[in-house]
Amino acid sequence: MAEAEYVIEMLNITKEFPGIKANDNITVRLKKGEIHALLGENGAGKSTLMSVLFGLYQPESGVIKKDGVEVKINNPNDATALHIGMVHQHFKLVEVFTVLDNIILGVEPNKMGFLQKQGARRKVLELSEKYGLKVDPDAYIENCTVGMQQRTEILKMLYRDNDILIFDEPTAVLTPQEITELMQIMKNLAAEGKSILFITHKLNEIMAVADRVTVLRKGKCIGTVNVKDTNKEELSRMMVGRDVQFEVEKCESHPGEVALKVEDLSVASKNGGKDAVRNVSFDVKKGEIVCIAGIDGNGQTELVYGLTGLERVKSGKIELCGKDITNDAIIKRNKSGMSHIPEDRHKHGLVLDFSLEENMVLERYWEPRFQKNGFIDFKTRREYSDKLIEQYDIRSGQGSITRARSMSGGNQQKAIVAREIDKNPELLIAVQPTRGLDVGAIEYIHKQLVAQRDEGKAVLLVSLELEEVMSVPDRILVMYEGEIVGEVDPKKITVEELGLYMAGAKRDKREEAAE
Amino acid sequence: MDSVKRYFKSDSFISLAASLICVAIGLLIGLLLLIIIDPSAFWDQGFKRILLGGFYMKPMGVGREIATTAPLIMTGLSVAFAFKTGLFNIGAAGQYTLGAFGAILAAIVFQWPWWLCLIVATVFGALWGAIPGIFKAYLNINEVITSIMFNWIGLYAVNTIMYGNGTSPMYDANKAKTWSLRSVYPDAIIPDFGLGKLFMNNSTTIAIFLAIIVAIVMYIIVNKTTFGYELKACGFNKNAAKYAGINEKKSIILSMTIAGALAGFGAGLYYLSGVAEWNPLASTSLPAMGFNGISVALLASSNPIGCIFSAFLISHITIGGSLMNANIFPVEIANIVTGVIIYLCAFTMLFKGKIVSFMTRKSKKAAEKESVLPASPEPVSENDGKESEK
Repeated sequence: MAEAEYVIEMLNITKEFPGIKANDNITVRLKKGEIHALLGENGAGKSTLMSVLFGLYQPESGVIKKDGVEVKINNPNDATALHIGMVHQHFKLVEVFTVLDNIILGVEPNKMGFLQKQGARRKVLELSEKYGLKVDPDAYIENCTVGMQQRTEILKMLYRDNDILIFDEPTAVLTPQEITELMQIMKNLAAEGKSILFITHKLNEIMAVADRVTVLRKGKCIGTVNVKDTNKEELSRMMVGRDVQFEVEKCESHPGEVALKVEDLSVASKNGGKDAVRNVSFDVKKGEIVCIAGIDGNGQTELVYGLTGLERVKSGKIELCGKDITNDAIIKRNKSGMSHIPEDRHKHGLVLDFSLEENMVLERYWEPRFQKNGFIDFKTRREYSDKLIEQYDIRSGQGSITRARSMSGGNQQKAIVAREIDKNPELLIAVQPTRGLDVGAIEYIHKQLVAQRDEGKAVLLVSLELEEVMSVPDRILVMYEGEIVGEVDPKKITVEELGLYMAGAKRDKREEAAE
Repeated sequence: MDSVKRYFKSDSFISLAASLICVAIGLLIGLLLLIIIDPSAFWDQGFKRILLGGFYMKPMGVGREIATTAPLIMTGLSVAFAFKTGLFNIGAAGQYTLGAFGAILAAIVFQWPWWLCLIVATVFGALWGAIPGIFKAYLNINEVITSIMFNWIGLYAVNTIMYGNGTSPMYDANKAKTWSLRSVYPDAIIPDFGLGKLFMNNSTTIAIFLAIIVAIVMYIIVNKTTFGYELKACGFNKNAAKYAGINEKKSIILSMTIAGALAGFGAGLYYLSGVAEWNPLASTSLPAMGFNGISVALLASSNPIGCIFSAFLISHITIGGSLMNANIFPVEIANIVTGVIIYLCAFTMLFKGKIVSFMTRKSKKAAEKESVLPASPEPVSENDGKESEK
C-alpha cells in the first residue's frame, strides 16, 4: 500500500452542543513528521476538535481518517490503539509515584502479575536519550519541576509507541528556558517521524516551531497556511478577525507619591517549612506599573495573599497611602482603596453560581445605594451591572442575569476587571490578569491597566508571561524562592537576562535591590 | 401564552417536574409492594388510604395531618436554609430534640405562656445548631460529623434530664411520659382559634400558620436581603466570599445557628400543640421529624416556599400509611415510599437533565417538522434565535 500523504485527516467535522456549534465543518490534515499548530481564541473550538480526535466526543458529521483509511474513534482507548497520544494542559500524573511508575501506569510489564520494571526502565532511558528528554526515572513527581513533569508526560506517549502527539497549550506553565527546550524536543520528535498537533494561542511559538497552522474562529475553520508564508500580524488577523496591536501603547510614566509600601514582609508557607515570602521590601508609586516577575511557585501567590489580607502575614509592615493596613480585615482594605484582580478567577474572583449582576456587586453590596435597611435594591443593582456590561463590553448570553459559570473565560475576566477598576482604587493588584485569554482580550486588559496608570493609580502586576512582563510594566521586580532577587528596567533588560534572574542564577546585591 | 411557555422552560418548573417524578416513582414502588403483600386488598385497605392521606378520615385526619405538617415545615426549612449556605445540617433531629426539651422545660418548670415557651424552644435549638457551626468555622471540622454526634448527645442528655430517675418535675410517672400540657398547663398550649373544633382534633392549632409565616420570612431573607446574599455567597464559594470581604466564619456560625433555631421552633410547635408528650425511657432513636426534614428540603430543592408543599406531601403520605389496615399491611410501607422519594431526590439533578434534554429534543423535532412545512417558516427562525441566545 502506498503511504498516504496525511497520517490523520479530520474532514468536515461538525460538533454541536445545545445552542452552539462548537465545530462547524472543520477540516484539518496532519502530515507525517510535521508540527501542525492549531490556533484560535478561547472558545474557538480547538479543545472540542481535539476531544473529537481523542474519542471524548462524537461529531454530528464528518469523518476521521488515519493513513487514508476511515476510522471510528468511540473512546480514548480507541485513540490509544491508533497511537494517538495527548499531553493535557493539566498533567495527569500520580504525584506520589516515581517518573518511571507514571510512565508505565496502565501498561505495566509483568510476569504472572509481578511487576517487571527493568525492561521498562531500559526503554524509558533509551527514549529519553534519543529525544533529549532529561528525566530521573526514580524521582517522585511531587519533587519534579514542572518541566520534568511535562517531559514525563511526553515519555508516557512515546513509551506507548504513539506517533501522533497532541500538545494542549504546553508552554503555559514553563519558564523561558524550558520553553526553548520544549521547542527543541518537539523539533526532534518531528525529525524522528512523529506528527505533532500543537494547540496554542501564542503566535511566537507557532512562528518558532510549526510547519503549518490551521486557524479556527468561533467554531469555523478560517484556513490553513504555511508558517513560512505568513507572519504574526496575518495570523492574529485570521484568529481575531481584526488587526491587533502587539505593542502595549504607553507614554512615559510619571510616578508620584508612594501608594503601597511593603517593609520586611514575611508570609508563612502553607505546608510548613521555609517561609513562602521572606523579608520582602518594595514600594509602588502612583502612576506606575510595577511587575512582580518569576516562575510560578516562588512566593508570588503568598505575597499577594499577604497584601490583600487573604492570609495573615508573619511579620513586616504594609502601608497603603501612608496608612498601616498590615492586620486590617479584607473589607477594610477594600475601603482604603485596594482593588484585587485575583489569580484564580474561579476560586476567588467569582461566585460562579451567582448571576453576573450579583457578581458585579460582590465587594460593594453593602453600599447604601445597593441596599436599604438590609434589603437589596434590585433596580440600582441591575442598572449598575448593565452600565458596566455596556462600558466594558462584557458579552454574555442573557446580560445581567447570566450565570457567571456559563460565561467564557475572557468575559468572566472582563467582568472582574470591570468590577475592580470601577471601584476607583488607589492601588490595583492584578495577578496574572491575562492568564488563559486570547490576544484580543489580552490587548484589552493591558490597555485598561495602562489607563489606570495614566489616571495616576498605582498598579501592581504579577505575571508569569514573559511578553507581558517585558511590555506592560515600568519597573520589574523578580521573585525567586520567596525573595526579591532583582529590580530591573524592562527597557534595558533582555529576555535572556530576565530568565537568569527568574531561574535564580543571577541576583542583585541587596543594597542595589533596595536602591 | 408566551409567559406560560416561558414558565415551562424555566428552572423552577423543571425543578418542580423533577420532584413530581420522584414522588410518582416512590408511590409506584409502594403500590407494587402492597400488591405483592396482598393482591386482593391492596387498593381498598392500602393504597387508596395512602393516596387520600388524612382525607380518608375527615375531618380528624386532616387536622392531624396539619398538626404534623407544621413542625415538618420547620425542620425542612432548617435543612434547606443550611443547604442554601453550603452546609448539610444533618443535625436537625438533635436541634429538634433540644427544642422539645426547651419547650417542655419552659412550660412545666417555669409555667410560662406558649409564646415564651416557643422562644425558649427556638433558643435551645439555636444553641445546638451553633456548636457544630463553631467547630466548622474555627477548626474546619465537617459539620455533618459534629451534628451527628450532637444528635445523640442531645437525645440522651434530654432523656436523662427529663426522666431524672423518675423524680424530674417534668416526668409523669403514671403515664411514663412528660406531663400532658393540655391537662396540666393549658397556658402553654398554642391557641387554635376554633381550628380544633373544625377538625374535631385538639392538636390542630395555629402552629401551621406560624410555620408558613416563618417559611415566607426565610424566603425573603434568602432572596431579598444583603444578609441572605452574604450567606449564599459563602455557601456557593467560601473563597470568593472571603475575597469580597465577607466574614465567612461568622456566616457559617450564623447559618448553623439559624438552622438550629428553625428546628427548635418546629419542636416547640409540635409539643406546644399537645400532639404528643416526650417519652424519655422509650425515646432511644432520634425523632423522625428531624430526618424527614432532609427529605422535605431535598424535595423542595431547598426553596423555603417549596418546603411548605413538600412537608404537606410527606406528612400526607405518612398519615395515609398509618391509616392502612394494619392487620394486612405494615405501617412502614409509608416509610418505604418516603424513603424511596428521599433516595430519588438525590437524583433530581439527573431528572432535571433528562427533562431538559427531552424538551430540547421535542422542540427540535417540532422545529424540523415546521421547517418541512413551507407555510410557516417564521416560528422556526424564532426558535433558532432563542436557542442560540443561550
